Order: sequence, then C-alpha cells, then structure tokens
Amino acid sequence: MKKRTMESSLAEHSPRLIRSIERRLFLRQGLSLGALAMLSGCNPTDDEGVQKLLTGMSRWNDRAQAWLFNPNKLAPEYPESAITTPFPFNAFYGQDEVPIVDGKGYKLELAGMIREKKPWTLPELYALPQTSQITRHICVEGWSAIGKWSGVRFSDFLARVGADTTAKYVGFKCSDDYSSSIDMATALHPQTLLTFRYADQILPPEYGFPMKLRVPTKLGFKNPKHIMSMFVTNEYPGGYWEDQGYNWYSGS
Amino acid sequence: MEAAEQGRSDWMKIHPLVVRVTHWINAFAILIMVTSGWQIYNASPLFPFRFPREITLGGWLAGGIQWHFAAMWLLVMNGLVYLAYGIVSGHFRRKFFPITPGAIFRDVKDALRGKLAHDDLSMYNAAQRAAYIAIILCAVVLVLSGMAIWKPVQMQELAGLLGGYEGARRVHFIAMSLLVFIVLVHIVMVALVPRTLPTMFTGRARRPS
Repeated sequence: MKKRTMESSLAEHSPRLIRSIERRLFLRQGLSLGALAMLSGCNPTDDEGVQKLLTGMSRWNDRAQAWLFNPNKLAPEYPESAITTPFPFNAFYGQDEVPIVDGKGYKLELAGMIREKKPWTLPELYALPQTSQITRHICVEGWSAIGKWSGVRFSDFLARVGADTTAKYVGFKCSDDYSSSIDMATALHPQTLLTFRYADQILPPEYGFPMKLRVPTKLGFKNPKHIMSMFVTNEYPGGYWEDQGYNWYSGS
Repeated sequence: MEAAEQGRSDWMKIHPLVVRVTHWINAFAILIMVTSGWQIYNASPLFPFRFPREITLGGWLAGGIQWHFAAMWLLVMNGLVYLAYGIVSGHFRRKFFPITPGAIFRDVKDALRGKLAHDDLSMYNAAQRAAYIAIILCAVVLVLSGMAIWKPVQMQELAGLLGGYEGARRVHFIAMSLLVFIVLVHIVMVALVPRTLPTMFTGRARRPS
C-alpha cells in the first residue's frame, strides 16, 4: 500500500526531476565506488601504472631535494644535556643479531674512482684528525633522537685518498649485507663524518662497530653502520632500503 | 524566447570554474595526503594508537611516503592557484567577508539545532565562512609544518618557529585532525542539503523563489 503511494507520487513529478535524481544517484555511486576501491583491500599502490608514476615522482623528488640542498647550511647542534639516553638501537634485524666485526683484522676497502685504494686499518683511521658533533638523528619512520658521534670529516678523508669528487655517488657496503649510497655534495658537507666513537666511546657493536657514516643532513637509513668498503662512482648504486622503495635522496 | 529568458534567470552562477576545478583536485589531493599520512604515522605513532590499516594508503611505510611526497606537489600547486584566484579576483573578499564572532556563534548554534537556513546558495552563512577560512588555514599550517618535517635542516628557521622537528610533527598532526574534522562536518552538511552537491560540478543553482 505504502509502495503504491510512493510510485504515484513519483509519477507526479516531472521527468526532469527523475533524470536529475538518476544523475545524482549515478554520481554518488561513482564516488562511493572510488572510495571503496581506496578503502578496501584493493591496493592502488600495487598497480603497475600507479607504481611507475610513484617511482617517477620519487626520482623527481631526488632532484628537487638536491636543488634545495645548501652545502653551507649546517644541521643544528645540541648541548651534551640534550643527548637521548639510551640512544635507540635500530636496524633491519633485532639487537641479538648485531654483527660482531673483528677489529684486529679489519681493513676498510676502497674501490671505484679513488686514486689510492690502499685498505685502511683501524689504528690508521683513529690516527687521523678527529672531530665531534651532537646532532639529531631523524628516522624515516618519524622518530628522532640526539646523539654524539666522533670521527674524521668525510670530505678530508675523500681528499686524502684522492677520490674523484666530481663523481656523482659514494656507495657503502656493510658487514650485515646492508648497503646505501649518497650524493657527492652531501659526502663533502662539513658535518658528514666517518665516525668511530659514540658518546666518546669506541662504537659498540649495536651502534655500528667499527664505523658508521654520520650524515646529519639525511634520514637515519642513509647513515650506514659496520662499513666494510666504500666506492666512488657515476653509476647509481641504490641501497638496501632504497631498492625497496624508500626515496633515495632522503635529505633533511 | 520569453520562456528561454525566464528559464535562464531561474539559475544563478554561484561557483566560478576555477573554484570548482580546484575544489575537486583539492579533495583528491587531501584524500591521498591524509590516508598516506596515516600510513606514515603508523610507522612511529606519536600517540598511543594507530590508524586502522584498511583506511591507510600505500601498503607499508615506503608506499605511504611515495604517495605523500607525490600528492604534496598536487596539493601545493592546486592550492596556490586557488589562493591566487581567491585573492586577485576578490572571491575571498566577496564570499568570506564580513565575518564576526557573534554571527559565527549564532549560525553554529542554529546549525546544531537543525535550524540553519541555507536557501540562497550564492551566499555563505557565517558558519560556512568560518569553516572554509579554517580549512584554508589548516591547509596552510599543514604545508608549512610538512615542509619543516621534510626539511628540518634546510628549512630549520621554519622548523624553529614550529618548535623544531618534534614540535612540527605535533603541529602537523593537530592541523590534520582539525582538517579531517572540518571535512567530515562539511560532508555531513552536504548530505543534509544535497542540492549543494551538483552546484560544485555545474556551478549553477536555482534562484530561491
């Protein structure tokens, strides 16, 4: 009975109104379909075309960040009292799987566009002029922590070994099969350090013994630990996380 | 002829084309920014909760970041076009002003009691004016705090104004919450006065009789 009333009352209205209602319904269904696609398990990120677009934008963001990078702009430095204790452990594995590197037999290998590729022992590296910094480590996940690292200014080291600083990239390989790479402008930044100490103590294994590259102008994952070898190259080297989708430049 | 003229005068132009186009591009950009932002938030929550996976974009952190840092260009470029148009054309001055706290209070109160009239779609009431101005301010704060989080070294002066890197994260979160709240209210209001929805596509509305 009720249905009948509705039908007759609808019929009384002009066809234009019905068309307009239909249009509105179509619109609403279209919008909710779009919303549903986004909200349901169907992940638009997995679509090949979408992934291509996102990767392209990430490469564009590499260039935009290189353009924004001011080689003379220093990361803020903090007093000792600001240091985060305990400084968080972070890696792609748990703390019980931290690699133990034998310091006695250790030699840092050099490769690529470097004039003097003689490997460096730890005593030789410790004998180089050292400098310290207290800076904020910012993780790609969002958290941050302040720590104190000491070591040799990376630009000094590159000059000492005769690295071709007109090359594009410096890459790093680590004892835990981690790898990463940075642009040459960042490698030459005055606060980029090849560090051997954390909080004035020789780096403990969980913080990257025997050495960690400290780059306060980049996110934490661009600060490789347990470095075994480094190379200078013009070929894009990628890295452990970079190859999985994190933005390569990841500058702060 | 007469009928045609009369027909034409039944309608009035209420949303300029620039406003309609930038509105929908903005809606798309905001949807991506918010859902991918929740994905990024979940990697290291500021507060003791996470957003449900189903309403986040990107699958995991790297995907979320890719979406966020791709859509940010769309949001900013589109926002700049909208702001430039709104200021230069006088659209903001005509549509959003005058606005007084008394009128906002009265209209919000009326709206909550379901009594707020919105017969003339060419005029925004004070509650709408306040909401639309607030959403623009939220977006501006979101972009500025987002830049501070993205570039806390290169833009450390900006980050300093927002309480440093960690301060900017909180400002970004609060501005997002406010923006999402206003958008939800906006959508509820459109659902309550559905004849406003087609006007954001056609730009036209029937004159109040």
